[in-house]
Order: sequence, then structure tokens, then C-alpha cells
Amino acid sequence: MDEIFGIPAPLLFGQLLLGLINGAFYAMLSLGLAVIFGLLNIVNMAHGAQFMMGAFAAWMLLAWGGIGYWWALLLSPLIVGTIGVILEKLFISKLYKLDHLYGLLLTFGLALIIEGVFRNEFGSSGLPYRIPAELSGAWDFGFMFMPVYRGWVVVAALVLCLTTWLLIEKTRLGAYLRAATENAALVQAFGVNVPRMVTLTYGAGVALAAIGGVLAAPIYSVNPQMGSNLIIVVFAVVVIGGMGSILGSILTGFTLGIVEGLTKVFWPEASATVIFVIMAIVLLARPAGLFGRK
Amino acid sequence: MSIQRRDLLAAGAVTALGGLPRARAQGTQTIRIGVITDMSGPYRDTTGPGSVVLTQQAVQDFLGGGRGFQVEVLQADHQNKPDVGANIARQWFDQGVDAVVDLPTSSVALAVNQIAREKNKVHLNSGAATSDLTGAQCSPNTVHWTYDTYMLAKSTGAAIVKTGGDSWFFITADYAFGHALERDTGNFVRAQGGRVLGNARYPFPATTDFSAFLLQAQASRAKVLGLANASTDTVNCIKGAREFGLHRSMKLAALLMGVVDVKSLGLESGQGLLLTESFYWDLNDRTRALTQRVRPKNQDRPPAMVPAGCYGATLHYLKSVADMGVAAAKASGVEAVNRMKAMPCDDDAFGQGTIRADGRKIHPGYLFEVKTPGESRNPWDLYKVVATTPGEEAFRPLAEGGCPLVRS
Repeated sequence: MDEIFGIPAPLLFGQLLLGLINGAFYAMLSLGLAVIFGLLNIVNMAHGAQFMMGAFAAWMLLAWGGIGYWWALLLSPLIVGTIGVILEKLFISKLYKLDHLYGLLLTFGLALIIEGVFRNEFGSSGLPYRIPAELSGAWDFGFMFMPVYRGWVVVAALVLCLTTWLLIEKTRLGAYLRAATENAALVQAFGVNVPRMVTLTYGAGVALAAIGGVLAAPIYSVNPQMGSNLIIVVFAVVVIGGMGSILGSILTGFTLGIVEGLTKVFWPEASATVIFVIMAIVLLARPAGLFGRK
Repeated sequence: MSIQRRDLLAAGAVTALGGLPRARAQGTQTIRIGVITDMSGPYRDTTGPGSVVLTQQAVQDFLGGGRGFQVEVLQADHQNKPDVGANIARQWFDQGVDAVVDLPTSSVALAVNQIAREKNKVHLNSGAATSDLTGAQCSPNTVHWTYDTYMLAKSTGAAIVKTGGDSWFFITADYAFGHALERDTGNFVRAQGGRVLGNARYPFPATTDFSAFLLQAQASRAKVLGLANASTDTVNCIKGAREFGLHRSMKLAALLMGVVDVKSLGLESGQGLLLTESFYWDLNDRTRALTQRVRPKNQDRPPAMVPAGCYGATLHYLKSVADMGVAAAKASGVEAVNRMKAMPCDDDAFGQGTIRADGRKIHPGYLFEVKTPGESRNPWDLYKVVATTPGEEAFRPLAEGGCPLVRS
């Protein structure tokens, strides 16, 4: 058996693949954050809580309504996105003229409240959610045993990321959005309802988090703190990629997933820290992030 | 993004603990018991509010006949951080709290252990697992009631080695508890002629995805995957092991797992797992009677093992206080613990038992097997008893612990 740096090659390939799967989650979550930050200038600390709400919505749909995974994939983002729209209307829209820090504190507070409510209601130990029958089972690649569901997560995440990127960079709607970020007053003068557009953008960013939550529900235990463990890493991903850069956050998400995966092989104890070390280095060398514009 | 939410939480928690002791009218004497536990993290469901409810139940059962003194129960959230837990304990002891109860999370327990000794108060530990509490770090102010890593390792570990699982790979939570559990289990495996082929220590509590470690375990070709972790982490590991097909070639040994975790995992994925506890609600008539008293106050759930330990420890402490007098008990934590050690224990959760010189509470350990969905008759009917280890054999022999209190 061939070895690379003292690690058997099959094990290394397996770990690279796993890194890609984790990277898919980082990419999906950081994408939503990048959309919201890029277009609204809000640092959405509630993103992890919204990811968790997506997973819980899927669980509730199944447990209380008998509605399965595929419908949940559609309905859960709609439900959580609508809640996002309401939050934006009620609270966040009041903060656009203020410093970033206010948005950060507000959404951080919202995240604590949401997680607290779920913890009181459902406890901390998590709820079971089964892998849908169509996606259960595994492929035997020879070098590793690859669960079908994890493969589906990578494909779904890639499709989602590309669609979002195309929507923002290549369509007329995306052009309006980008124009509104540059000069809202001017776009409004052309007859575009900018406040509504901004509200819907926030809703869409939140919906992206919720889709991530539904995808995660069968893999991890559905519990109130599932988002808070992930969110700090995802913020680091966004910072490394460049605040607000859509493409940057996608590429960085996948890359850092792989880097983290490799760290888990060579030095497991450092796997939670490696991303922050990279963040520190990137901030020193390129303060705007790898893909940030100035 | 320089603000870390956990730092903010820590700062907030110490100031907003809630129940700081209030000044009370003088006259009747009051014993103050503070429950320090995990109210907001991964161990909330196995400890947390349940521990508070069961501590209050012990007070209620004890005071039923009127004892001539009052008991006040306080509660606080240590968030699994040693510094937060230590701050709470210090503050409470200075404000007249006589005993702290529960203290899950070994790193927090070891920190508070020092403070209770320094202030000469009482530390009734139920939630922490590390056997060091009655070993190298034992203290005359501490009683370790419910279970420890040695007991889990001996019962579950030995049972699995006996069925042919003689080579192990550990996935370990990288802190005091995981290290102790891995060490104690590894010792048993080796003592029985087995081998430990490797381990992966993951950062706690910052890890959600265990697949990388599961793959390393698979590549080690060990026969047994030892999970030296707890709660959500264990559940995620077992889920992942099934997903990646580890259960086809390896046995899973969940070294610390309780009813709440089995419930969260579901019987479908959990059936057949072997695990060790010192309390189960459906064990005998006394445990069922306790369950009936407590269930309505405990979100309609039967008590889990750690809260049951809070019940037993608190009840025995209060009996000792009544025996020696409130003033004497308040004056010296060491004396109160000595009285606890001198009196035989008896409560509904654990039956009869004793407390050893090193602070170790002695009672039987039970090896359970998780039922299949077909065998389970009600939502909390989860276990069948496989073996019972008598108290004298369940825990580490007094002489082997290296506790300085014993040597002299």
C-alpha cells in the first residue's frame, strides 16, 4: 500500500473527500453570510441559529405533519426565510444607517434568544432524523466507504452555490441588487423598490442557511447548539474569502474544509484552530481577504 | 470578528447567575446547597434542570417530617468552563453556601474541588466522570457519588473484551474526562490481554463532524471502537459509524452513555449497544417509586443517572447535618464529609451503600443492553440488565487510587 507522508494513500483520499463534504457546509453557510453582508452590510450573527431552525423545521414537518425530507427541503427554507423577512422588517431594517457593530450585536442577541427558546422547548440532547430511503446506503470505493447521502450533500451544495453566484453576477435582478449596494438612492430613482429588495435578499440569505440545516439534519443530531458550533468557523471562512465576496466564500469554504480534514489526520487536536491560524495569516498579508476588493 | 460569543457568554454568566443567596430573616438556621451544572450546553439534558429537580426532591423528602432547620437550594450554569464554575463556587462559598452539588464536566469539577477544600466547604459530585476526584486529586471535602471513569471502563470495557473485542481504537474528547476514560479503559483492555491500536483526540466542544476520526478508526483495523466521550458527541459518533459502515467490521463501545442519549439516538440505531450506569429508573420498586414522585416536576421524564446521584448525595448530606447539628456542619466541610463517611447510606435511587475514606461512594454498577424497538413497551423502556457488579468490585480498589488521604 502506498503511503503519503506516512499516511496510507487510501486513508488520505478518504479524508480529502470528507473535507470536501464539510467544505460544502462551510460554503453554503458562508455564501448566505456573504450575500447578506455584501448587499445589506449586516454581519448576520444569527446565521447559525437560522441554520439550526432549518433543521428543526424539517424535524417538525416530519414529526408533527408527516411531511418527508424532499418537501422539507422546499418548505423549511420558505418557513425560516419568512421568519427572516419578519426579523428584517421588525429589527434589522432600523440599523442600516448605523455602524456595523449594532447589526452584529442585534443579530447576536437574536441568536442567543432563538437558541435559548429551542433549548427550553426541546432540550440539548438532540432529536433523531432519519436519512431518506432514496439516499441511504453507501458506495464502496475500495479506498473508502462513501455514504450516498454525503455525496448528495456535496452535489446539492455545489448546485446551490453556483445558482446563487449566477443569479447575482449574471442576471438583471442581480445587477439591480449590486447597483443598490453601490448607490441605493439612484436605483430607487429608477423606480426599483430598494427596501423591499433588501428585505427579500435577507430572507434569501436566511433561506440558504435553512437549506443547509435540512441537509445537515440526517447527518448530525438535530439540537439547538448545532449552529453555534459551526458559525464561528463560517465567519472565519467569510473573513478569509473576503467580506461580501460571493465567489470567494464558495471557494474558501471548500478549500478550508479540505485543509481542516487534513489537519484531522496529521494533528487532530489542532483541527479546531487551524482555520483561525489561516485567518490570522491572511489578515496580516491581505487584510481585505483572498478575494476581497480592496 | 474579534468578539467570540463564548467570551461574551462567560462575561454575562458570572454577573447574571441568577440565584445569588439573599439575606434571610435570622432565627431558624439555614443550610444552603448550590447546584452548579450545565444549563445551556451539551450536558444539559443529562444533568442541568434534572439535577436541580432531584436535589429539591431530596430536600423535600428529607424535610417531610420537619427537622428544625431550613434548606435553600440555589442553581447556576457553569457552561462547561472551569473558570466560570470556579467563580460561581468561590462567590457562593463566600456568601454562605455550605455545599455545592452535581458539577458535571470533569475539568470544572477538578477546579471547584480545589476551591471547596480551600474554603472548607462540601463538594458533592454527581456529574463528573474523572476517577482522579478520588485518586491523585482526592480531597477531604469531596464525595464522588454516582459513577466514574474506572467503573465505566471496568464494566463496559471488560464485557466487550470478554466477547472477543481484544483490539481497540479510541475516539476521545480532548480534555480531562476523555483522557481519564481512555486511560482507564485502555488499562483494562491491556490487563485482559487486549491491545490499543491508536486514538484520535478531537477538540471539545468545537467538533460536530466525526467522520474523519471514524475513518481513521476504520483504517486501524481494530475490532472495537471505544468512544471516550459523552452526550451529543457520542450520538453523532454512533450515527456516523453506522453511516460509514463501521458497525460491520467493528464493535461500538459507548463508554459513557445514558437514557437521554439512547432516547436521542433512537432504538433503531441504538439497539444492542452495551453501556454502564449505576441508576436506571426501572431497576426496582424503590427506583420506580422515586420516578413516580419526580416525574411530574421533571418535564414528565424519568430521572437520569446524574440527577439521581444529586438526589442520593443531597439526602445523605442532609442526614449527616441533622446528625451532627447544623452549626457544626456549617463550621467545617471536612467534618460534615467525615460524618457522611461514618454513616451508612440508604436512599431510593441507589439503595444501601457506604462512602470510602477517599470520598468514593460505593454501590453496584449495572451493565445494560439497549432494547430493540420490538422489546420496548413504553417510550422510556430502553434497557435490559445484562450484569450487576457488586459495589466492592465496581470501583477502583482503595489502595490503587493514589489518594494521599489513604496513604497516611
